[in-house]
Amino acid sequence: MIGDRWSRTFALGLIGVASFSSLLPIVLAVMNALKTTVEIGSNPLALPTQLHWENFSSAWRNAQLGPSLLHSAEVAILTIVMVCVTATPCAYVLARQKGKFWRFMTFYFMATITVPVQLYLYPLYFIFAKLGLVNSIPAVALIYTAMFSPFAIFLLRTYALAIPVALEEAAQVDGAKPWQTFFYVILPMMRPGLLTVAIIVGLNAWNEFVIAVTFLQNDSNVTAIVRFYNLTGQYSTDWGEMLAAAVTIVLPIVVIFVLLQRQFIDGMTSGAVKS
Amino acid sequence: MWLFALPALLINICIILVPAVLTFTAAFFIWDGVGTPVWAGLANFQNMVADPVFWSALTNNFIWTAIFLTVPVCLALVMAAALLMAPKARIVVQSIIFLPRIIAVAVTGRIFQGMIFSPATGIVAWLNEHGFSISDPLADPDRSLYAVAAVDIWHWWGFLAVVFLSAMRQISVDQIEAARLDGAGFFALFRYVLIPGIRPTLTLMLILTVIWSFQVFEFIFIITRGGPAYGSEVLATFAYRHAFFEGDVGQAAAAACVMSLFGLCATAVYLWLQITDDAQST
Repeated sequence: MIGDRWSRTFALGLIGVASFSSLLPIVLAVMNALKTTVEIGSNPLALPTQLHWENFSSAWRNAQLGPSLLHSAEVAILTIVMVCVTATPCAYVLARQKGKFWRFMTFYFMATITVPVQLYLYPLYFIFAKLGLVNSIPAVALIYTAMFSPFAIFLLRTYALAIPVALEEAAQVDGAKPWQTFFYVILPMMRPGLLTVAIIVGLNAWNEFVIAVTFLQNDSNVTAIVRFYNLTGQYSTDWGEMLAAAVTIVLPIVVIFVLLQRQFIDGMTSGAVKS
Repeated sequence: MWLFALPALLINICIILVPAVLTFTAAFFIWDGVGTPVWAGLANFQNMVADPVFWSALTNNFIWTAIFLTVPVCLALVMAAALLMAPKARIVVQSIIFLPRIIAVAVTGRIFQGMIFSPATGIVAWLNEHGFSISDPLADPDRSLYAVAAVDIWHWWGFLAVVFLSAMRQISVDQIEAARLDGAGFFALFRYVLIPGIRPTLTLMLILTVIWSFQVFEFIFIITRGGPAYGSEVLATFAYRHAFFEGDVGQAAAAACVMSLFGLCATAVYLWLQITDDAQST
């Protein structure tokens, strides 16, 4: 146990206040999603007297959340597959190859993590418009792949670095070609890393806003986030329904978070923690 | 072997590098995104420098950087130290303060608009009814930037605390024990053991904060769109508005270049630290 009694009391007080303020907006959103707009207006802090589940059904119907949630899932799955397929072999090579060229490549990918979307968004949009790729879900997934794969490459690279080179040498001695070594020796050992990558990339694709709102403009193919954004404005009036839609969009993420906290937290803080 | 890296590299080059180079080029042209670009020399930059909105946007980026280098970092450091002292609460609390980070920005933005800041349905409305006279900060050009920053801090600081906590947990227990036996109280421990112990992580997060502060877009675009009266405009919303609402891609590209310049300086420091780091560890 670290610290004296006084500082422990201080720590516990702080933890209490912090947890409360992190949860307050979420609790308010869930609570008010079950109230009518009139009830919300009269007292946003009051508990619902009666649970108005119809907010959820009307949000589902009016906002057409069903199809847009499906699009979000589609984008997320496509992105996860493309990132895993392209980043894994790349991470493996970057972990094994030495020399100037590969060092440069590593720095290139590192630099693209910090490049602002704004630096490539505008020409990209007008090029995609010319190519007829605006309003295309696979095109958005392709952009996400480029955006999220540097992160995946660095996470998977640490997994690849942990694999003993002797294993690959043994496979080579047995006559395995590089791609066979990769598929049968390396890939199975990177599985835990791939799970983390899939979760983080899926989360990012599900929540992403700038690219989605710019490249998806038809109501028939927007993601849930864009649909939600388009339907709600600063001057929204039906807060009950809006909050019900918000809860519906966030719920799948929170459920997965509760189930797989370790992967979420380790994956998202990876790269940030320096030893 | 290099074939293994090809797909990832190819996608990255097509989506990021080539358009980024085009942005640098477009900054010197007058272009609406559809027609033929016309050479403009430095006109886009001259127009920008003459535009007071550009200067207030740039100032707001600096204010944003100052806020995020201090408020969330201090909160997170103290919280991480507190969690270090409370191992029983750690796992649950860590998840709770991390939660805001995984909620979509668009949803967070609307929840804060409706449930916190709204003078009709939010906490602000409730406070007004209970004798505190507070107007909607989002409707006030002088306060809107700070109101949006508050939302982003809510979203961000818990994540930062978790990062700092995992770094602090790598500090050897012996070192902490030794300091405690020497009679170090909480603040001495914090100042002389914990902070120096996580210095590499702290430095990296501060540099990333600078990079991200010049890119900030989502929260501002979603909550205020840079308004009211450009009160919360930053470079990113300035560029987006010019590209997509005013059909002036050249101007947007010029603003994006300025934005990237600040990020580039910080990135250079970041890469340099990575190199020295790698050199030390191998």
